[in-house]
Amino acid sequence: MTDVINTMPGMPRAAPLESETPKPAVDAITGEKHRSEFDVEINGTVGKPLVDNAKMSSRNCDVFYGDKQAIFGVDLDIGNNEIIAMIGPSGCGKSTFLRVLNRMNDTISICRVTGEHTLDGEDIYGKKTDPVLLRARVGMVFQKPNPFPKSIYDNVAYGARLHGLASNRSELDDLVEASLIKAGLFKEVKDDLQKPGTGLSGGQQQRLCIARAIAVDPEVILMDEPTSALDPIATATIEELMDELKSNYTIAIVTHSMQQAARVSQRTAYFHMGKLVEVNDTDKVFTNPEHQLTENYITGRFG
Amino acid sequence: MSNSNSTEIIRAGLKKRYAREKRFRLFGIASLMISFAFLLVLLFTIVSKGWPAFQQTYVKLDIELDESVLKVNSNSDEDALYSANYQKVVRASLNKMFPGVSGRKKKRDLRNIVSNSAAYTIRDDVLAEPKLLGTKQTYWFLAKDDIDVFMKGKIDRNLPEDERRLKDYQFEWIDKLIEEDRLEKRFNTVLFSNGDSREPEQAGMKGAIMGSLFTMLVTLMLSFPIAVAAAAYLEEFAPQNNKWVDIIEININNLAAVPSIVFGLLGLAVYINYFGVPRSTPLIGGLVLTLMTLPTIIIASRAAIKSVPPSIKEAAIGLGASRVQTLFQHTLPLAMPGILTGTIIGMAQALGETAPLLMIGMIAFVAEVPTGVLDPSTVMPVQIYLWSDSPERAFTERTSAAIMVLLGFLVAMNLIAIMLRKKFERRW
Repeated sequence: MTDVINTMPGMPRAAPLESETPKPAVDAITGEKHRSEFDVEINGTVGKPLVDNAKMSSRNCDVFYGDKQAIFGVDLDIGNNEIIAMIGPSGCGKSTFLRVLNRMNDTISICRVTGEHTLDGEDIYGKKTDPVLLRARVGMVFQKPNPFPKSIYDNVAYGARLHGLASNRSELDDLVEASLIKAGLFKEVKDDLQKPGTGLSGGQQQRLCIARAIAVDPEVILMDEPTSALDPIATATIEELMDELKSNYTIAIVTHSMQQAARVSQRTAYFHMGKLVEVNDTDKVFTNPEHQLTENYITGRFG
Repeated sequence: MSNSNSTEIIRAGLKKRYAREKRFRLFGIASLMISFAFLLVLLFTIVSKGWPAFQQTYVKLDIELDESVLKVNSNSDEDALYSANYQKVVRASLNKMFPGVSGRKKKRDLRNIVSNSAAYTIRDDVLAEPKLLGTKQTYWFLAKDDIDVFMKGKIDRNLPEDERRLKDYQFEWIDKLIEEDRLEKRFNTVLFSNGDSREPEQAGMKGAIMGSLFTMLVTLMLSFPIAVAAAAYLEEFAPQNNKWVDIIEININNLAAVPSIVFGLLGLAVYINYFGVPRSTPLIGGLVLTLMTLPTIIIASRAAIKSVPPSIKEAAIGLGASRVQTLFQHTLPLAMPGILTGTIIGMAQALGETAPLLMIGMIAFVAEVPTGVLDPSTVMPVQIYLWSDSPERAFTERTSAAIMVLLGFLVAMNLIAIMLRKKFERRW
């Protein structure tokens, strides 16, 4: 991909960094060899990937799909009640890393995850850890709104019913209402709770999915490009929602929109070809990045 | 290359493209018309042939239940009443109506105006109400098949006498019966209330219908859960890129193409000879047809399960549902329309299957209506085969009628499939 951009007329060619010599590299995902000035050697992560009050943390995270390695030795902490954004070009491993955090990769049989990963200091890949309990504590919102083909009420109530969080009907009603209010959807659907969730608009569906995730009362919410299928107005609603949610939840969001990362997050992590290049406060990443690759990406030279 | 140039090239090719499209559409319509025409011819032939079988000729006879002829009276015990010769009173009644018939052959022909079931009808009546003895009763009996065939216009009077089944003197009797309003065509309830019989007028397909029903029940109960479980395991739980899983998959696909008679041989060798399952029963039939149906349902179910959007499964797993919960709460309900379609296709195939059943003794002549999966029985397609093989003229119509009933069952099954699909179909 970088080759194409470099040879495109009208694009400024970035000068090779002084210390690095261009050499062939193997793309982590496709296995293609390519040669360009952007094949900068990535030696560890610059910035401050580690924080004091970590809610979740990963050390030496490697992820393999069969023989191919998708993530190379990532160290990253996610602080309590913060929003951390993960950005990077397609195939850089940011979504894969997100799915490490609630063991969604378990569903892919050829996927292998190594390293140490903890939630509140507990090993989430440990023998004692139950993935079901983990996913109840670390909820997830997906790229494409994926409500169940059930009523709005049943969508939100699903997780609570699954884990037995409500002991009777009125408790469940309250929980559904509270979750819909938190997700900013209640006003729009309060008279239509028995209508199918799939009948809502795209933005409403995504907020329904958020309501469904927070109904389980998770501590961390992982969002995998939650607004990439939505229009700007729906996107703005969801970004406001994230801002409100941040006081109660820890949020990790993967996004392709740098504006979104800049708007909602406190810290930003930049991934490149399976490696974590830079983690810094969002302001710093977008105004004064430490790493050349980060700068190339946020200035739109590739991605 | 300038823009106008490419426009020219595209425009030049347009006509050809549209012509090709039109030609293809015509082919499609033509093939539809041809298959529709064949279907119409088929249905017309079967219905026009089988229609008369839904009517049956009855003869009205006045029967004197003479105690001295029957050698029993209303105080006799049940055994005596059961074994009395009721044929005699039927014969006496006919002799009274047509006096002066002589010669063995003519006498037999006279007796053969009514079906020999007439005696059983009287016997059953007398057993139920012994006080009838000594009285005079009017009965409508089944007419013998030759009379029935004539009444349906299938015997030509104008043929030379030695070329037709009924002789001139028989026509005289029939004419007299018609004159006295003693012959009548009625809806053929016998077809649905009797088992098979060597006498066409007494032959019904209740035995075959019940046999088919029990066989299908066994097949459905075994093949549906096994096939859905197999498909769900292969799609959702089996390790990917595993040699054993690959071998199993290839074998399932191959099994779907195995000639069905081979399954019959397998059933004979394994179920009957090794496990000692009783032959000729719906149980063994169902077991064999299960083998045949399994690959069909498994393949359809796997396709249906595969077509469930992974986003739904991810949503459930992301909320903390276990894999089994995801399977039963989301994947299977969403795949159910496809699974049901596959099941109905498999069951329809099994319902019409004859070859494997020949191997396991379901071709036997069974007059009794089966009451369970362990009773000897036959099934509808085998019944059709048996009747089509019988020499009596009256069986021709019954064969077509049986085909119509079988087709009716298939249509009913398809309707159920459509209804179930509508019920389970959800948008996502």
